[in-house]
Amino acid sequence: MNELLAVLTAAAGGLVGGLVGVGGGILFVPALTIFFDLNQVEAESTSLLMIVIVALAGALRQNSYGNVNLRDAALVGALSPLGVVVGVVVANEIPERALELSFAALALFMAVQLVRRGLRPEPEPPTPSAT
Amino acid sequence: MADARSQPSSRAGLLRLALVGTAAGAFSGLFGVGGGTVIVPLLILWFGYGERLATGTSLAAIVLIAALAAAGQGIYGNVDLAKGLLLSIPAVGGVVLGTAVQQRISQRAISLLFALLLVVIAVQLIVP
Repeated sequence: MNELLAVLTAAAGGLVGGLVGVGGGILFVPALTIFFDLNQVEAESTSLLMIVIVALAGALRQNSYGNVNLRDAALVGALSPLGVVVGVVVANEIPERALELSFAALALFMAVQLVRRGLRPEPEPPTPSAT
Repeated sequence: MADARSQPSSRAGLLRLALVGTAAGAFSGLFGVGGGTVIVPLLILWFGYGERLATGTSLAAIVLIAALAAAGQGIYGNVDLAKGLLLSIPAVGGVVLGTAVQQRISQRAISLLFALLLVVIAVQLIVP
């Protein structure tokens, strides 16, 4: 039963990842802790492995649809280790709760911007399915 | 026409991409969220990427980011290879379906879906 729920949650994580371009860790981690009894560190680490595989599959599909800018992706990916170092420094300087609330505020700010954009009419050239 | 299929390789553009990469690495390290949470909105709102191009490019960047992080955790023996590979099978099925569905919905709908994801993440962070 737990295995089935884990499989379904992992599939849902992949679905969300494909729809909005994230790795799916938001669902992989709970699938691994709740249904497979991994601790938090093991679950997050194992989730990273799954994210590599899922993101690779998703990126290949998106590339076949013409939706990947490889140069920009390589630049963003290559610079991320620098960010990890920055993150470690920041984490040692600022209380965790303040970080959580700051990122929550940033996430909500970006959500508002995306909703405003999402409610504007699509600026694209007409497509066969355009209404 | 805000949808930028190819960014001019200006110095300012490169600097902004470097900032996106740094932010993605920092947030993924700090909160255990995938870098995509940061990459997708920044590419859309800051670079004027269309939603599909932003999400596709984000996935490609995440491959690198997560591979580095997974390798690091693997060295410490924290990766459960068997369970990870097993659960990757349905997850890959999900992502293939998700990207296929994504080609059939409007780009603006993707922005709205992403806003919903950000709200869920914000609530998770706020609720202790």
